[in-house]
Amino acid sequence: MKKTMTGHKAVAEAMRQIEPDVVAVYPITPQSEIAEYYAQYVADGIVHTELVPVESEHSAMSACVGAAAAGARVMTATASQGLALLIEVLYIAAGLRLPIVMALVNRALSAPINIHCDHADAYLARDAGAIQIFAESAQEAYDYMIMAQRIAENERVRLPLIVNLDGFTLSHSVQVVEPLPDEEVKQFVGEFKPVYPLLDVENPATWGPFAMPDYYFELKRAQQAGMETVPEVFLKVQEEYAKLSGRPYKGFFEGYKLEDAERAIVIMGSTAGTAKVVVDELRKKGEKVGLLKVWLWRPFPKEEIVKALSHVAKVAVLDRALSFGNMGALYLDVTSAFVHREERPTFVNYIYGLGGRDTTTEHIEQVFAELDAARPGELRYLGLRE
Amino acid sequence: MPNVKVLAKRQEAQVRFTAGHSLCAGCAESMIVRTVLNSIEAPVVVASPTGCLEVSTSRYPTSAWNVPWIHSAFENAAATIAGVEAAYRALVRKGKIKKKIRFVVFGGDGGTYDIGLQALSGALERGHDFLYVVLNNEAYMNTGVQRSSATPRGASATTSPAGKAIPGKPQDRKNLTEIVAAHGVPYVAQASVSNLIDLANKVERAMSYQGPKLINVLSTCFLGWRTRRDSAVTMAKLAVDTCYWPLYEVVEGVYKVNYKPKEKLPIEEWLKPQGRFRHLFKSEEGKKLIAELQAAVDRHWEELLRKERCTQGE
Repeated sequence: MKKTMTGHKAVAEAMRQIEPDVVAVYPITPQSEIAEYYAQYVADGIVHTELVPVESEHSAMSACVGAAAAGARVMTATASQGLALLIEVLYIAAGLRLPIVMALVNRALSAPINIHCDHADAYLARDAGAIQIFAESAQEAYDYMIMAQRIAENERVRLPLIVNLDGFTLSHSVQVVEPLPDEEVKQFVGEFKPVYPLLDVENPATWGPFAMPDYYFELKRAQQAGMETVPEVFLKVQEEYAKLSGRPYKGFFEGYKLEDAERAIVIMGSTAGTAKVVVDELRKKGEKVGLLKVWLWRPFPKEEIVKALSHVAKVAVLDRALSFGNMGALYLDVTSAFVHREERPTFVNYIYGLGGRDTTTEHIEQVFAELDAARPGELRYLGLRE
Repeated sequence: MPNVKVLAKRQEAQVRFTAGHSLCAGCAESMIVRTVLNSIEAPVVVASPTGCLEVSTSRYPTSAWNVPWIHSAFENAAATIAGVEAAYRALVRKGKIKKKIRFVVFGGDGGTYDIGLQALSGALERGHDFLYVVLNNEAYMNTGVQRSSATPRGASATTSPAGKAIPGKPQDRKNLTEIVAAHGVPYVAQASVSNLIDLANKVERAMSYQGPKLINVLSTCFLGWRTRRDSAVTMAKLAVDTCYWPLYEVVEGVYKVNYKPKEKLPIEEWLKPQGRFRHLFKSEEGKKLIAELQAAVDRHWEELLRKERCTQGE
């Protein structure tokens, strides 16, 4: 049944239906409402989750690590500075192969302090070893929170997973969302099967040992091997979920009018919605433009992106965060995927929407209009006063 | 109350902390860890922050732990065990676990007094059911004897060295035991590696309470204190007999001093054998500082006795 709700509520609904054993969470704008909704579910006895209202995000992720190693299904949510504070423990969660699912309500990083959206927090977590998915809408945030459990908890994967949703744009705006019935979600997600849980006192396991140069390298390589199994698991879970929900999830990204496009934009998050409007308008005028919206950012689906973009002449990659001293991280991902290809588009990089700066249809039109004349490899700024 | 026989019997029944760890010969920590684990009858899950104990017991692919054990980072042992305990409660409620399991943290003073204090305070305030044992050797021994907030005033540590201008650490040590007591938790105590039966009794008493408990154990580090390798017990005993490290407990807010030396030894007796205080005996300024240390010990001891009288309703 279709309902109207904020992105927060959509995420909290998914969490309510999954009903993890433990939720450890700390408030931060623009994530707090997720914590609040969930605390209310606990207070009302709607869910039987142990809520750990920690004193910091660092402790939130630390408690998640303890609970997940103990053998519980665990979730959390954060944003911005909270992610920055807990990043140390996110690396540990990945290194310990713990399937902790986290909603990241994307917000800019200080300084200057700013509560509005950009992707600097997600970019900060890029190399942490967590799977990262970007949602375009509240519906996608809801859907991927549910798929996330199955992907993260797959016995070959066992890695933390971040579902990104744009702060305010998605978290606070009311949208149409169609949740699945509770029972269907519970059945889809299934029982959590922990590996070597701490609470199995008959079979004591040592978690988090230290490794010297004689083993560290092999252990990190094994972690990469876990990451390498993600694409296959992602597609399988996504296919199953598409069947269950009737929603058109297929692939690591959504290609929008991309098949015959001559110019295209690559983007992540809610601005993809704005870009689709522009693609439709320009298509009406006969311009062959398209869009590639990334769902799965880590691991990065190189091969598939190459296939989807090879025929395009000009591609603008839009990054909603700076990687100081170099091109945007998504731009580097996309262009490096083409490095050994003869047939490849020319690329331009745009940095857009930092600190919640609006990106309008006019801005996207500007990108398409500039693309032909743009110098390949140029770093440009969209919607900036210079 | 556990006596030596009971402890030995439990050690025989299940070796929870095995030989083969790489703690220094003469380190107090293994004695404390064994005593604590043998003083708890129920199955236990242990967490440790980064530190001497952690690196000496968990070199991959080996482990000295014959109980479930987790290390995550330096500052988050209390938050980690809070997560483990929350998982336990959730799984008990779902009927997936039937056994009574207890939760213990062994953390050093660096990981507890300093970098882990916030996580500890949070876990105490939230009321998780766990016992936190501080292996207090009064400095960052694992990384090479840097000063911590548990390091006593005047001690020479590698980041508060005794020099020509400054005679060792200028600041007084932090009183963690009282900070924890101020959280209103059911059980807080100070213990010492010199009094292991007292420690065993304290662990047993602590575990009779649900909720957060902490025992701050003075744990001689011969390397960092620059004493004889075989001095772990004698040095800790001097700390107790000088009233530098009183053995006491706060049970539901009521203070009890567990040991009152018949003859309170002067603080010099504890300072003198330690290389980290050697410089104090070589100058007038140092001797003045020793007098100040003695005054501080006296003041704290009297204060403790007053608290005992006060809370016992005398």
